[in-house]
Amino acid sequence: MQGGNITMAQAQSEIRYLTPLSVDTKKKKYCRFKRSGIKYIDYKDPDFLKKFLNEQGKILPRRITGTSLKFQRRVARAIKRARHLALLPYVTDLMK
Amino acid sequence: MYNYETVFILTPVLSEPQMKEAVEKFKTVLTDNGATIENEEMWGMRKLAYPIQKKSTGFYAFLEFAGEPTIVSKLETAYRRDEKVIRFLTFRQDKYAHEYALKRRSLKKNAPKVEEAPAEEAAAEAPQAEVNEVTNE
Repeated sequence: MQGGNITMAQAQSEIRYLTPLSVDTKKKKYCRFKRSGIKYIDYKDPDFLKKFLNEQGKILPRRITGTSLKFQRRVARAIKRARHLALLPYVTDLMK
Repeated sequence: MYNYETVFILTPVLSEPQMKEAVEKFKTVLTDNGATIENEEMWGMRKLAYPIQKKSTGFYAFLEFAGEPTIVSKLETAYRRDEKVIRFLTFRQDKYAHEYALKRRSLKKNAPKVEEAPAEEAAAEAPQAEVNEVTNE
């Protein structure tokens, strides 16, 4: 009995292994500023900065946007300047 | 000498000449203290993202100048003393910001009709130009 079960399981795992299951094809994240050579992030452009905010107007973490640390700091600074000048909201709902 | 840029928001209750006068006033504050004004832009009336002093719109003015660091505190005291100003931001441009500012200015020069157009149109066109600029880079 037991021996039969093991061979079954092995057969199943083998089948699973052979089928090219591409469920989570990991797309490598990249820093868009590094790639496109942008050196300065402008606070005067709220529409562009909205790409780095979530629905509530919070700054998205690096692990989601893929921005490098250097540019994440610059993005954060630009967003904070824009918020101060009421170009972007501090808190909101349903931004997009 | 460093390069600075400043943005301030005036209350929307002012009339057109009063706004011009207020902007001129801050420009003279700068020039009197030995700064040279490099660029000025009127973004015009804009909707604020959140109310400031119970006002939902504001008149945005943008200046770029070069001067000594002491000028910033003088300018900001002038802002604080003037109740027409509801919000302001001044900062020194780092080298990247300065490069960007020069590029932005040259783009503005190539499209001179923005200067002549009424304030609302200029405000509508300005952010558009910036979007293109950033994505093209």
